[in-house]
Amino acid sequence: MTIIGPNGAGKTTVLGSLAGTIPYHGTIDIGPHDRAGIGHRERSRLLAVVPQHPVIPPGLSVFDYALLGRSPHQGMRFSASVDDHRQAAAVLDRLDLADFARRPVGSLSGGERQRVVLARALVQNAPVLVLDEPTSFLDLGHQMDVLELIAELQAERCLTVICTLHDLTVAGQFADRIAVMESGRLVKDGTPETILTSETISRHWGVDVRTEVHDDATVSISVLRRTH
Amino acid sequence: MTTTHPPHRSDTRLGPLWLLAGIGAVLLAALVGVTTGPVSIPIGHVFRELLDRLPVVELESSLTATEKAIVWDIRAPRVALGLLVGALLAGSGAAYQGVFRNPLADPYLLGIAAGAGLGATIAIVTELPNAVTVIDPVPLAAFAGALVAVTTAGTLSVRRGRAGSPATLILAGVAVANFFTAIQTFVQQQNSETLQQIFAWILGRLSTAGWVEVRLLLPYAALCTIGMLLSVGALDVLAVGDEEASTLGLRPRTVRRLVLVVASLAAAAAVAVSGLIGFVGLVVPHAVRLVAGTSHRRVLPLSLLFGAAFLALADVAARTIQAPAELPIGVITAFIGAPFFLVILRRQLTS
Repeated sequence: MTIIGPNGAGKTTVLGSLAGTIPYHGTIDIGPHDRAGIGHRERSRLLAVVPQHPVIPPGLSVFDYALLGRSPHQGMRFSASVDDHRQAAAVLDRLDLADFARRPVGSLSGGERQRVVLARALVQNAPVLVLDEPTSFLDLGHQMDVLELIAELQAERCLTVICTLHDLTVAGQFADRIAVMESGRLVKDGTPETILTSETISRHWGVDVRTEVHDDATVSISVLRRTH
Repeated sequence: MTTTHPPHRSDTRLGPLWLLAGIGAVLLAALVGVTTGPVSIPIGHVFRELLDRLPVVELESSLTATEKAIVWDIRAPRVALGLLVGALLAGSGAAYQGVFRNPLADPYLLGIAAGAGLGATIAIVTELPNAVTVIDPVPLAAFAGALVAVTTAGTLSVRRGRAGSPATLILAGVAVANFFTAIQTFVQQQNSETLQQIFAWILGRLSTAGWVEVRLLLPYAALCTIGMLLSVGALDVLAVGDEEASTLGLRPRTVRRLVLVVASLAAAAAVAVSGLIGFVGLVVPHAVRLVAGTSHRRVLPLSLLFGAAFLALADVAARTIQAPAELPIGVITAFIGAPFFLVILRRQLTS
């Protein structure tokens, strides 16, 4: 599920409400659970968040950063358990980060850092993964790396992935379902081919585009320059 | 495809070596403390006396009754007080820095120093009759003043049950501190004949009358130490900021409030018996971070241990450099602490 919409449409606010960091009215259900009915810690076991601007504590190693993902599963324990270590190590292996394990997170490049933040969320072992603009600040190659990785993980781990994206082309390539938001409201919801039409994009973004629907139901979009 | 699991080690674990180093430092400081003093007692004799007190060991002590009294009723309680105060100040400094995610936070940040100063000043100028309490009223008044100040700062930064941001709390602390200092200065000006006494208290000193102060401080020290050690995991999670900590299952505001209560209680208890000893809460956690990394699972316990050792040793310096006169211990800690702090600051600039 990908949420798209112009800047200020309320995409990040929706994610914040899901994550419990923004107060909201109404109900949010996660699986069989009503969000209001579950505890704080329990929610973090169901839903892991990859923030758009993660705070990286200075000096913290990649391994210890990933290990933070275990905290919803720890009580007031003084130190992380052997099992916590094993799970963090396994995720780092899966994301090809094992060689970075001892490096401080702050010393990594943007693409590597994004994978490390993703690793922390995966270590949380939650069935729902929420990503806020996971591709901002990445070049095209790294954008594809991260999104392909997320798609693989989604299949491997049967994750529900909820993601905001500003890049419509990328959304058309990766989303199974797209929701369009504008001015805090949901205006459209459906598969990429029904949502990403030149008419819809022109109405909400004010940009003329040419769209092409491929055989595998993905959509590619080319933007046309506005003539004044 | 074969995946090998390289043996990842977490830098957040408190290894036995670190723990032994900390305990070793405390024991060393304690030994130096009880064997040093203006009255020279041969070190060998003190050792024999100490060993004799250990269970099982039976040694003929060669100390005279007076010397025994010096060791057990003068030096030992003072060393113990130094250890406790040092541990509490350094531990609460580490906790404050973790809670505010600010390396410059120290236990006096929220007005504890000003509140304690006002309490002590009032007790000194009014000459609160000793009859009211069994013990010296100054520490009690200082303790009460510190708690009033920090509670005021804490309450002012909460509105309709919702706590403000850490910045709000710090600003409230600054305002409360200034307010209390103003009253303290006013009271002090009205009673200039007690200036010297007040001044001596503000500079900080570890003076003991037997084991009274140690016994007074011990329950707070035990309670706060346990509280601070229980919070280390939460403080590590809090390092990624409130919002992310919240998605990791933590309640940042609740955690912050609990840790601040414990750390403030620790600082207030320490200040009450020792006056205002600066720099321990700031310098010791930083030194620990430099050598042992930034995880609170290491920083907090090691700050407690090395803070204890540091202050006990600083007190040895305070009572021997100008023996038989005593230097205020705050002078020693600042004299060592300030340059040390500048070195750390410059290292951080270059790294």
